Formats: sequence, structure tokens, C-alpha cells
Amino acid sequence: MMVVYALYGVAALLALAPIAIALGRSPRGSGVIYGASLIVTLTLGMIALLNLFEYSGGVSVVSLPLGLPWLGAHFRIDALAAFFLVVVNLGGAAASLFALGYGQHEDSPQRVLPFYPAYLAAMNLVVMADDAFSFLVSWEFMSLTSWALVIAHHQLRENLRAGYVYLLMASFGTLALLLAFGLLAGSDGNYAFDAIRATHASGGLAALVLILVLVGAGSKAGVVPLHAWLPLAHPAAPSHVSALMSGVMTKVAVYGFVRIVFDLLGPPDWWWSMVVLGVGGITAVMGVLYALMQHDLKRLLAYHTVENIGIIYIGLGLALAFKAHDMPLAAALALTAGLLHVFNHSIFKSLLFFGAGAVLNATGERDMEHLGGLIHRMPQTAFVFLVGCVAISALPPLNGFVSEWLTFQAILLSPQLPSWGLKFLVPAVGALLALSAALAAACFVKAFGVTFLGRARTPAAAGARETDTNSLAAMFFLAALCLVAGILPGFFIDALAPVTKSLVGISMPHQAGVEWLSIVPIAESRSSYNGLLVFIFIVFSGTFAAFAIHRLASDKLRRGPAWDCGYPDPNPATQYTASSFAQPIRRVYGTSVFLAREIGEMPAPGSTLPARLTVELRDLIWDAAYAPVAAGVGYATEKLNSLQFLTIRQYLSLVFAALVLLLLVLAIWP
Amino acid sequence: MAVIREFVFQGAEMLLVLLLSPLLTGFVRRMKARLLQRQGPPLLQPYRDLIRLMRKDVVLADGASWLFRINPYIIFAGTWVAASLVPTFRSGLLFSWSADLIAIIALLGSARFFLALAGLDVGTSFGGIGSSREVMIASLAEPAMLMIVFTLALIAGSTQLSTMAAFMLSSEVGLRVSLGLALLALIMVAIAENARIPIDNPATHLELTMVHEAMVLEYSGRHLALIDLTSELKLLLYVSVIGCVFTPWGIAGPDSGPLALAVGVVSYVGKLAVGGVLLALFETAIAKMRVFRVPAFLGAALMLGLLATLLLFVSRSL
Amino acid sequence: MRGLSFDIAHMLAGSLVLVSFMQLYQDRLYALLNIYALHALILAMSVAWQAFVQDAPHLYLTAVIALVFKAIVIPTALHKIIVKLGIHREIETVVGVGPAMLLGMGLVALSMVVMLRVTAKADPLAREDLAFALSVVLLGLLMMVTRRNAVSQVIGFMSLENGLVLAATGAKGMPLVVEISVAFSVLIAFIVIGIFLFRIRERFDTVDVQALDRFRGERR
Repeated sequence: MMVVYALYGVAALLALAPIAIALGRSPRGSGVIYGASLIVTLTLGMIALLNLFEYSGGVSVVSLPLGLPWLGAHFRIDALAAFFLVVVNLGGAAASLFALGYGQHEDSPQRVLPFYPAYLAAMNLVVMADDAFSFLVSWEFMSLTSWALVIAHHQLRENLRAGYVYLLMASFGTLALLLAFGLLAGSDGNYAFDAIRATHASGGLAALVLILVLVGAGSKAGVVPLHAWLPLAHPAAPSHVSALMSGVMTKVAVYGFVRIVFDLLGPPDWWWSMVVLGVGGITAVMGVLYALMQHDLKRLLAYHTVENIGIIYIGLGLALAFKAHDMPLAAALALTAGLLHVFNHSIFKSLLFFGAGAVLNATGERDMEHLGGLIHRMPQTAFVFLVGCVAISALPPLNGFVSEWLTFQAILLSPQLPSWGLKFLVPAVGALLALSAALAAACFVKAFGVTFLGRARTPAAAGARETDTNSLAAMFFLAALCLVAGILPGFFIDALAPVTKSLVGISMPHQAGVEWLSIVPIAESRSSYNGLLVFIFIVFSGTFAAFAIHRLASDKLRRGPAWDCGYPDPNPATQYTASSFAQPIRRVYGTSVFLAREIGEMPAPGSTLPARLTVELRDLIWDAAYAPVAAGVGYATEKLNSLQFLTIRQYLSLVFAALVLLLLVLAIWP
Repeated sequence: MAVIREFVFQGAEMLLVLLLSPLLTGFVRRMKARLLQRQGPPLLQPYRDLIRLMRKDVVLADGASWLFRINPYIIFAGTWVAASLVPTFRSGLLFSWSADLIAIIALLGSARFFLALAGLDVGTSFGGIGSSREVMIASLAEPAMLMIVFTLALIAGSTQLSTMAAFMLSSEVGLRVSLGLALLALIMVAIAENARIPIDNPATHLELTMVHEAMVLEYSGRHLALIDLTSELKLLLYVSVIGCVFTPWGIAGPDSGPLALAVGVVSYVGKLAVGGVLLALFETAIAKMRVFRVPAFLGAALMLGLLATLLLFVSRSL
Repeated sequence: MRGLSFDIAHMLAGSLVLVSFMQLYQDRLYALLNIYALHALILAMSVAWQAFVQDAPHLYLTAVIALVFKAIVIPTALHKIIVKLGIHREIETVVGVGPAMLLGMGLVALSMVVMLRVTAKADPLAREDLAFALSVVLLGLLMMVTRRNAVSQVIGFMSLENGLVLAATGAKGMPLVVEISVAFSVLIAFIVIGIFLFRIRERFDTVDVQALDRFRGERR
């Protein structure tokens, strides 16, 4: 029955779209639509939670007489779908709450409001779909609605370009998924997931499906080198939609990957994990390195999503490896780590995009080089953004650390894997994961430090005002969730138990009953972590130190000008900027990864011209993977262009040739 | 009753690291001075500095925010918690299982995160230079440290420090190439993390190559005292980790009597002294390197750690 | 006893690999020479340990040869040459230190795989030693490839030879004749290279081997 209720919810969301059109530019429109979306997504989230806990992942199925006449449309909620429904609707509810305030400032609400509930509905449908046809239709619906939201602010040329690239990549991804399902369904055309599950694809075919899924779902998730659209499209949308795209839609893509590879494709080969792990490791490091080079706040966040997708894929790859080698407990650990990171990332990435939206609203700026000092003007936003930064940098006691810690524990189990390839790949991936974690911290020191700390660099930043209550409520809610998931991770791990059980046949040991609420993946002598105690310890020792010092020593305070070794400069332009902050890291990594070059132009002595320092970065992935394709397409269109200027006789002969060719094919076809 | 006893030991551990850390710094300073044929400051000088600083007023820069004011407490708390989770004189501490070695490293990472933010808060160029270099160094030192943890964890079969120490004491361990590589890498990381020569110079201001001191330039009074105490704690923490993992002799077991505890304390102090002497020797013998040679130094530590891990992964199949 | 002797041999061979990495990392000539001396010293210790374990007195001779020639004579001589030629003391590398070390890691991994697979049935002591020895050889080669300076190429060559000796002693005894002839061939190579160095220097005023390429018109 659960799935029927959920479908009612989806129908309600879909019904909101025409209402939004009817409301048009009415000033109450955004309040109505976002309020309704908030209620519906909350309900949907509750249904999913109930399904996950109360029925411990029981399956409920429904088929509707829609779509292909011989197939119908199947929908199903099992543990995996329920978990992802929770992620989708939690993100959706938070975004709707945020938008209750944020949406008021929208210039052209009629371009956002109709698509927003439809987009939420589409993501829900993808997760619930139980046959290839409804999956692909929902997937494409999700792509199109999000595309419409990306180009909502179509006045900016770069947004149009982002929309164009996004549409291309989304179609490409759907094509790959279409082919994958085609192969899975076989010649009989068994498009229902149940039928696919029953037949196991053989070696070569399964490999092809794996690659196609990696490309199809990966292009939506933003796996390197298919990430090119993501940092363009995510920032272009309004901020609450950016949060949904980055925090939630990439997770729906991960869902697609997990559903097909872990559920539909049958028992894995060990080398599959090699591919997934390699992709994950490279994605993680490249994503964070790209993010470090950015100075547009929303683009930095979007690139950072790429990094987190890499971390999730590392967890999934390890799970595949353990599953292939029949080590179910380790597989459960790795899968839990990956899925927990899915949940965590959806929370803190939404939070950070909300923060960026609040900043954008208050200052009209996304460029960090024009911000600074916002902590004085927007202290509450600064606080929650800081919480998000700490969480995403995988620092204890917040939640990002827990999932990375679990991933590390899974890596430490992997020497027992017998395959040689994995023996070399896994330590390397571990090093890449560690590197990306450290670089992420650097990245968010930069993001927070340059945006919120220091002195205001422009009048816009100096005149910023704290954002509205609804937006703050959404951000505080997510920040609190970051803390709760960080200090009580045991409950969240237990919630994932039905999911891992259904996918790898076993779940991690029950955590909620462990003494002092710590988490113990394998055995206490091996490893354990207790976020709650660490948190209490830190709070206790911090307050103890503050109290003791204030009481026993001194609590006096004077204000004075900054010291700065005696050379303070009142001009805020002399502060470190985003680019200068990243300079040491650019020197270390950028010279090889981006072929970074610094070109200094010194004017001749006596000249009054300014000296200039320009930095050249090259996106090698774009140059290697996309530029040739674009050039090839350009070349082909130029050649084909001549087809438009033929005589009628030539056109007729073309048609004739095509006809003969087809007949020939028919004749030769066995 | 047993729980109370454990609480007492945990408290004693926290107090011990807090009280010993300025002494270690003073000892290293004095050793360095003696090696340079100078008299050197008295051993207790760091305590006097701390007390003097705590009594002074804080002079807060005009642009400083609330974060700047609470930061010293956060940084200090994070580091103190990390330091008190390392078994020093007695293993099996009450809360040692609440954070394994990975979590301890990450706690230090949290502290560094806030310290780097503090460097950016006032909006001065020195703070920025310090922060940006600190995160660059950390971006290499942290993965190197994690690789070392991997090595140790794979050998001992655990990421818990207590279990590691117990394993190192047992006869199964033997001499291993991976352990040697890990020790070397750990020393390199420890030098970088504690801003010692040749990465950074703890004894200087007004030098364009400084990192740590540049970040904390705007701090004064009790805030500065806390920051100084934190860096002293961090030095102690790294010496303790090296001592706990590589020379675990003398650490008292979870239920040992007063004699074993006394042996534990004495041997711990001895280890600290040896570590201090070695550090002083190393620092006087070597020159500081340019900032952009640091990545090569830490990259080497990372490679050593990775090599050690790789060797273990491969030799598992023997 | 068996465990300890294995551990020490393992440790020494491993340190040899480590010192090879130090050579890759070091880009100052004098320090490089010192590290090479250390390399030879560890080799001598390793050989001596093998002599003790295998109870093969002729290996002691090998150890002494390694100690005297490789750890003392050749470094001193090279030191003198450097002073005499006034060679610039920083070594120009073709590949940066980081990538070179990454390459080195890959080579070590490769030699591990190859050796552990090929010698699956052999005695574990010899297996690991062989794997390490092959790593040392490959790292020596890598050093010769990635350095522009002729002196460091010489050092690379000689550490390569150290790897060969390690392999030979690990494999249960190498005839003394072979060892002596290897030692002499190295000495002769050393002399040839020394003369060669002087000649390059006389003609081009530098020992950067790129000068030779330029002379042949093969400038990169």
C-alpha cells in the first residue's frame, strides 16, 4: 500500500505545476507552491521512513495501466528505494522551506514555480519506478524539468550555455541508459525489473551494461570525465534548485547505478570493482582540485559535489569487490559507508547551497573575490555555513567524518582480497581518498574564509543584511541534522541495515545497542568511534578552559587596529583573495594537473603602468574529451551543410540510394 | 568502583599531557641552546610565558569576529582531547575507544581547520599567507599520516592505539620493512605538523617564510597563551604517538598495580626526553628549506607511507 | 633464529630500497654521494649478514669489497672529481621529484608482482630479497634516466650494480670469481666514466649531458 500513498503524493506534486501556471505572477504564488511542496515532500519522506523502519524494508508494488500497453507502469518501494526516497524528500522539504523565504526575491517566478514541483515529482518517480520504461521516462522528465530550471534566468548568456551543455549531456546519459536497459531486457523485451532480476546477464554482456550504466548514471552524477556540465548547470539555477540538483539529483543518479549494478545485473565480477574504484578515486581528487581553483562560490560547491560523488563511488566499488569475492560483512560495511555518504552529502551540500543562496540574495554576488566580512553582517548564516563546511570537510564530530571513517575501515579490510589488481589499486585509492579529504578541508577554509571572514571587499558585501527566517530555519534544521548524524551515527547505520541486507545479503552488526552509543564496524578491539563522546569531550574541555582562564587569569578585552607585523593596510584589496589563497596548492598540484602557468608582466623601470600577474589554467579533460568531439561535430555539420544546396535530381537520387541500401540490408540480413 | 577508577585515570592522563607539554617545549629549547653553546632559557620558562600571557589583556583587532574569539578554545579543546586519547603511561584508557588513530588525526585536522580560519579572520596579508601555506602543507601531511595509520593498522589489525601498542609488544611483530618506512614517514610528518625546522621555524617572527606564526599573528593575551599551549600539546602528542607505537615498552596494562604505573610514568617521561633530545639535535643540524621545497619533502613522506602500505598489501598474499 | 635472521635480512634489503628512494629524492651532489656511500654500507651489511646466515665465508670478502670500494673509495674519488671540476652542485632533473618518486613506487610494485609470482615456490627469504633487489636495480635505472648530470648518472649506475650484488648474495651464494669480476668491471666502468667526465668537461665546460645532445644536434 505504501507505494500507492507515495504515488498520490507524486500526483499532488504534479498537480501543483498547472496551479503554478495558473497563479502566474501573483505575489502569493511562491508561498502557495513552496508551502504545498513542503507539506507533500514531508509526507512522502514520512512514508519512506515508515517503510524503512516499520516494515524494515518490506516491498510494496503497484502497476498502473499507463505507458506501453503490454507493459504498464510498475512502481515499487523496497528498502533501497525507501532510503533514496528519504534522501530525495528530505532535500526537497528543506529546499521548499528555504524557498519560502528565498523564492520571494525571484524576479520571474513564473519561470521557476511550475517546474519546481514537477522536478520533485520526477525524482520521486525515478526512485519508485519498477520497469525500464517508466524509469527512463521519469529519468528524462527529471532531466527536462531541471533543464528548464537551469535556464530560468535566461538573460545571462552563460546560463544559456550551461543549459545547452546540460541538455546535450543529459541526452547522452539517457541514451547510454536506454542501451543498457535494452541489453538487460534481452531480445524478449522483458522491461519489468522483476524479469530482468530473474535473468542474469552473461560475462561480456554484463560488462557492456556496466560500462553503459557507469556512463549513463555517471554523467548525471558528475563522474570525471563526464562532469563537464555539472559545474555549469548547478550554479546557474536558483539556489534552492542548485541545492536540489547537487544534493539530491546526483543521488538519484547514484540510485540508478546501485539499482542496476547491485540489484539487476546479477553477481558481480571482481574487475567491475576495479573500474568503479578507479573512476571514484580519480573523480574524488580531480573534483576537489577543480573546486580549489574556483572563485565563484556556487561553482566551487558544484565542483565539490564531483568530489563527493567520487567518495561515494569508492564506497560502492569496495562493496562490489567484497561482494564479488564473497566477503558479505565487508561488503555491507563498504556499502553502508557509501550510502551513508549519500545521505550526509545530500544534507550538507543542500545546506551550503542554501548559504550561498542567502549570500547571493544579500549581496547579489557569487564571486568570492567581491565578498568578505559577511560574518559581521550575517552572523547566523555564517554560523550554519561554517557547520556545513566542517561537515563536508570530513572533520569530527560532524557527519561527513563518519562516512569517510567507515570507508577507511572498509579499505583496511581489503588486503584479504585475493585479486592482484585490487591489491595495488586499493592502497592507491586509499591514498587518493586521503588526499581528497585533506584538500577538501583546504577548499572549505578558502570558501568560508574568503566569503565570510576578513574585511568586505565591495560595498555590496559591506551592506549585506541577514537573510529571512524561513531560509534560516531550513539551514538550521540541516545544520542540526549534520550534528545529530555526526554524534549518533549508530542509528543512521542501523537504518541502512535493510538496504544492505537486500543488496549484499547481510547487514552491519546492530549499532544502537553498543555501549555508550559508539559505532563498532567489526570488533571493538579493531576500531570504534564515538562521535557523542568526542563532542562532549570537546565541549567540556573548551568551556572548562574558557571558564578557568576567565575566572583565574584575565577576562579583559581591548579593541585596537590590526597588528599585521606593523604594516597593516587599510585597503581591503590587500587581503588574501580566493586566488591567492589557492596559490600554494596551485603550485603544488596545478602545474601538472592543469598545466598552470603564471605570467608576470613587469613594466619597464620608470613606466607608470601596473605590473600584471596572470595565471593560465587549462582544463585538460575538456581539451582531451570534449574539444575533439565538438570539433568533430563542427566539421561534420560543415560537410553536411552542402546537403542543403542540392538540386532536386540529387535529392531524389539520395532517397533512391537510401531505399536500395535498405533493401540490400534486408536481402543480406540472415 | 571500577568506573570511578577509570575516570580518575582518564583525568590523570588529561592533566598529565597538559602539564608536561610546556616542559617538553622548554626542554627542546634548552637542548637547542646548549647545542649552540648558549646558556638557554630555564626549563620552566614556557610555563612562565603562559601565565604571563594569560594575565594580560586581550587586544582584539578591529575587524575580528566572534569566530576569532572562540577559535582558541575550539582549537585547544580539539587538540587536548586528541592528546588525551593517546595512551601515554597506561593503555586501555576509559575513553580510548571513543576515537581511534584515524579519528585522532581528524581531530587535529579540525583544530587546524579552525586555526587556518583564524588566520583569515582579521583580513591581514600575514594571516592569509600563513593560512594558505598551512593548508598546502596539511594537504600533503594529512594523507601521509593516514597512509602511516594504514600501515600500522594493517600490521596490528586494528586502528586503536591501545591494541597497536599491545601488538607491538608481542613477539609476533618482528622487524618489518613497512614499519621502518612508516617510522621514517611519521617523523617527517611530525616535523611538518609541528612547524619545526626545516619546514617552519617556531622561534621567529617577521620572516616571509613563516607559516604557523603568521597565522596566529593577531592573537594576544590569553588567546595567544591557548594557541601556544596547543602547539606545545601537539608536539607532545606526536612524540607520544611515536613512543606509543614504536617504543611501547613500559606502558602499564589496564589492570596493573602502582609499581607498573610508576614504571609507566617514568618510562613515558624518559621517552619524551629522548624524543626532545633527538628533535633538538635534528633541528640544530639542519637548515630551513624554502617553502616550495616543502611539498617535495612531504610528498616523499606520502610516498614512503604509500610504499609501506603497498608492501603490506602485497606481502599479505605470501 | 630463523624468524630473526629473516627479519634482519628483510630489513636490510628494505633499507636498501629506501636509500634508493632517498637517492631519487636528493638533488644536491654532495648529499647524493653521502647517500650512495650509505647505500653501499647497507649493502655491505646485508652481504655480511647473508655470509653469517648462510655460513659462507667467501661472502665476507664480497662484503669487504663493497665496504672498501663502494662505500669509501669511489665516493671519495667522486667527491674529489667534483671539487676539481667545480661542478655546479645542484642536479637538474628531467622529471620532478614527485613524479620520479611516483614512478619509483610503480617500479617497486611491478618488481614485487613479477618476483613474487615467478618465484612462487622458492624460499620466502630469497623471494623478498629478490623482489627488493630488482626494485633497487630498476630504481638505479630510473635515476640514470631522470637525471641530466653525468655524476648522478654514474651514481645511478653503481646503485644499480648494488642491486645486482644483493640479488646474487640472496640467491644462496655466488661464486667469488663472478663477484670479483663484477667488482672489477664496475671499477673499470668507473675509471672510464671518470675519464669521460674530464673529457666532457674539457670540451664543453659542463657535465650536463644535455651539452652532448646539443653537440650532436639533438637538442630536445
